[in-house]
Amino acid sequence: MPAVAAGCRFFLHTQARFTSMSLVKWTLKELQDRFTRGDVSAVEIVRAYFLRISVVESKVKAYITLNDKEATLSQAEALDHALSAWRKTEPMMAMPIAVKDNICTENLPTTCGSRMLGNFVPPYSATVVDALRAQQCFLIGKTNLDEFGMGSSTEYSAFGASRNPWKLSRVPGGSSGGSAAAVAADECVAALGTDTGGSIRQPAACCGVVGLKPTYGRVSRYGLIAFASSLDQIGPITKDVMDAALLLNVLAGRDPRDSTSADKPVPDFTRAFKKKDVKKLKIGVPLEFFAEGLDPEVYDAVGEALAVLEDLGGAIEEVSLPHTGVAVATYYIVATAEASSNLARYDGVKYGFRAKERSDLMEMYRATRQEGFGPEVKRRIMLGTYALSSGYYDAYYAKAQAVRTLIREEFGRVFQDVDVLVTPVMPTPAFQLGEKIEDPLQMYLSDLYTISASLAGIPAMSLPCGFSRQGLPIGMQILGRPFEEDVVLRAARAYELATDWRKKRPLIR
Amino acid sequence: MRFEPVIGLEVHAQLQTRSKMFCGCATEFGAPANTRTCPVCLGLPGALPVVNARAVEMAIRTGLALHCDVRPANQFARKNYFYPDLPKGYQISQYNRPICENGWLEFQANGTSRKVRIRRAHLEEDAGKNIHAGAGSLVDLNRAGTPLIEIVTEPDMGSAEEVGLYLKALRDVLMYIDVCDGNMEQGSLRCEPNLSLRPAGSGELGTKVELKNINSFKFVKDAIEYEIKRQTNVLSEGGTIHQETRLWDIERNQTAVMRSKEEAHDYRYFPDPDLVPLVIAEERIEELRATIQELPKDRHRRFQEEYGLPDYDAGVLTSSRALADYFEACVTLLAEPKLISNFLMSEFLREVHQAGTSVEAAPVSPERLVGLLQLVRDDTISLKVAKEVFPELCAGDKPAAQLVEEKGLRQLSDEGELRALIDAVIEQHPAQAAQYRGGKEAVIGFLVGQAMKRSGGKANPQKVNALFKTRLAP
Repeated sequence: MPAVAAGCRFFLHTQARFTSMSLVKWTLKELQDRFTRGDVSAVEIVRAYFLRISVVESKVKAYITLNDKEATLSQAEALDHALSAWRKTEPMMAMPIAVKDNICTENLPTTCGSRMLGNFVPPYSATVVDALRAQQCFLIGKTNLDEFGMGSSTEYSAFGASRNPWKLSRVPGGSSGGSAAAVAADECVAALGTDTGGSIRQPAACCGVVGLKPTYGRVSRYGLIAFASSLDQIGPITKDVMDAALLLNVLAGRDPRDSTSADKPVPDFTRAFKKKDVKKLKIGVPLEFFAEGLDPEVYDAVGEALAVLEDLGGAIEEVSLPHTGVAVATYYIVATAEASSNLARYDGVKYGFRAKERSDLMEMYRATRQEGFGPEVKRRIMLGTYALSSGYYDAYYAKAQAVRTLIREEFGRVFQDVDVLVTPVMPTPAFQLGEKIEDPLQMYLSDLYTISASLAGIPAMSLPCGFSRQGLPIGMQILGRPFEEDVVLRAARAYELATDWRKKRPLIR
Repeated sequence: MRFEPVIGLEVHAQLQTRSKMFCGCATEFGAPANTRTCPVCLGLPGALPVVNARAVEMAIRTGLALHCDVRPANQFARKNYFYPDLPKGYQISQYNRPICENGWLEFQANGTSRKVRIRRAHLEEDAGKNIHAGAGSLVDLNRAGTPLIEIVTEPDMGSAEEVGLYLKALRDVLMYIDVCDGNMEQGSLRCEPNLSLRPAGSGELGTKVELKNINSFKFVKDAIEYEIKRQTNVLSEGGTIHQETRLWDIERNQTAVMRSKEEAHDYRYFPDPDLVPLVIAEERIEELRATIQELPKDRHRRFQEEYGLPDYDAGVLTSSRALADYFEACVTLLAEPKLISNFLMSEFLREVHQAGTSVEAAPVSPERLVGLLQLVRDDTISLKVAKEVFPELCAGDKPAAQLVEEKGLRQLSDEGELRALIDAVIEQHPAQAAQYRGGKEAVIGFLVGQAMKRSGGKANPQKVNALFKTRLAP
């Protein structure tokens, strides 16, 4: 459609084509389409979102840092001005995106939810941020997280916990809880999260939004502040499955600055939606994911989702992943070992927090790390240091790597028979703030169903599939073969279109 | 009891790449502090390393020159420890899967050939530099991330002298294949000996001590000799050697404990998850093998065989690759190896030395130098004249023939002119001519000398000599 004439725009405007409250409810796809057509201006988008934030942010606490409103507005004005001459847009142009605060943004503080990096302003941007900025999106702000991504509730953030928009007394999940809450509360149109053991999928399930952890290597990690390098992946958190594909289109691809990024062709992921059903798709149901400990409400919701998928033409098949039971233990050795090394650089010497002057170097190190890190980070550094120590390496780290290989092979075998796997995302709906903070093991078990896919490096997606009697969202997880995000997206989208869960929105109060 | 030392060596050589091991920053020496840095070598949060392909090539070529096996799949590992000059809190190195293993280096010691086994050679990044200034310390991270190759021997050496010879031979090889500039003072080549004693003739190994802070050939020798004496004294008095790391104290000429075994770091090595295993194709290894120039000891032998040079000449000429290359460039232009060798070893090297430059930047090209020696070979000028003209040849850009012509230095070889010349000498010195005729042959030297003097040094002395002999024949 050609650009709308100025007079016509004025006419439309006086007819109140939308209110700012309706604008923020649009999906990324809807906002893109309207902006591309010229139905909505960049300034209107920015105003609407900052207004929304001013109304709900004090309750949700999704953000650690908000971008400057006036600066963003002048950016929007300049964009509208440029487009008034010739309307040529890019997919993410003028889209208000939130970025998890462990992804580096040049000139915008990046704290990792830690006192250690409380004053850190990166001199460079992550590759994914560069990609978004190249399309002139608006970075609305940096979202809250458990310190360094270590946690499942955002309660381990040094800047306070975020709240679940569906019920403010509940956690939004974690570690990308701020991103999931921001999307659910319409404080951004879409967000970037990061996932090491479930940190995109679990909060997405808690907040009733869509989260996609891509295949390890699909998205560049350059500029993502590492927790566990062999597991970390950046991915989209969005209002629906279509939006996840749109955002992944911008994020995916080989990056020469990340040796672990894969040199694989990147399709247009929205092409996966040409088929609106799952005919001929073989859907595996791993029995181990439906065993003891799973909340009956979650069990039922995922079970009903499977019935929907079957109605859509999918062939449901029971499969077995016998090593699922050791995934959590394996993960907590591999991830903490890598973390113990990745977090060694926070020593007070070069940047970030440094404890008050000490005469002795060793004392300076000790005090800096003692005061700069929170309890969960320290716990994991100690666990990981132990696992790598001389005399224990073989029993822990080497063994965990061996088990990790078994888990990966096990998925490989199962995926010879089925195209995707469907499981719950987490054993229960979002828990209460404070409920698990004193019990790390219980907290770790909330990642029970998401960790396997992280260890195997395969794509995994979380999408809403129902609500508990208390009105809390329930998520289902779809796993696919490496680099087959398109297959996962197709199944997810078919399910999404056949159900109405995404239309239900939280009332924040 | 008599003891014998058992010595092994770890050498860190800086690879001569333009950029660092894992980022694009320049590796140059002496830039203002912290100006050759980026998020990667500063260890900023989120930055990731990318392997420098040139450094990998150099490591492979080093391994091949040292007769190592090159691992087709090798891996980087993290060596974890805290120090202010180590920005990430770990050094990226290689641990149980180094790039090169199981090689050897051969060199001459007291006229016999010695072979030292190379256990491994692996890639790693250098740390930065701490500068202690007043009350505090400053950190310069320009050097952080510079590519190094660490070359580890088996404990195959038995004396400080032998270690020195090994180190010299290793340095020659590294410089020869262009992977390291060999500069010990600037830290391009650093070595850490490890040393133990055992009863002479015993097959067992004693407790080993590692020595650090050694940055010249002299200190290597001094430190090892000191340590042999120290350990001999301890053992002779019935004491025991402790496994420890000792620092060489340049001021006091002795070693002192830096840290004991109990204080040794647990480096918690593990494969670096930011770097995928480095896979090297067999064809690539063969391509690189083909790029390895002849090593010094092979070239030395070839110079003797191919050019008929004496052992001494071959040794001098192959002591640096640049000089050997220069020599061969000359020989292909003029097939007079010994004439060229003599001239290079004397006049040429003197000129290079006086100009305070290197053979690579020699003030005269092989073409111009050969132009001069060509005149000597053709009897156009004498060697003496060639030597006299040489500095001028170096200073300017006129060809040798033109210089000789302009200065009128062309040798007098025309028989008619020479006859007139000797006739004039005989006329002037009849007594000496008579003595020669009378059988006192030594007088001919005087006569030739007079003829040379008369000709202003331009007469061809051999011809003059021959003509005198014919003319004064009985």
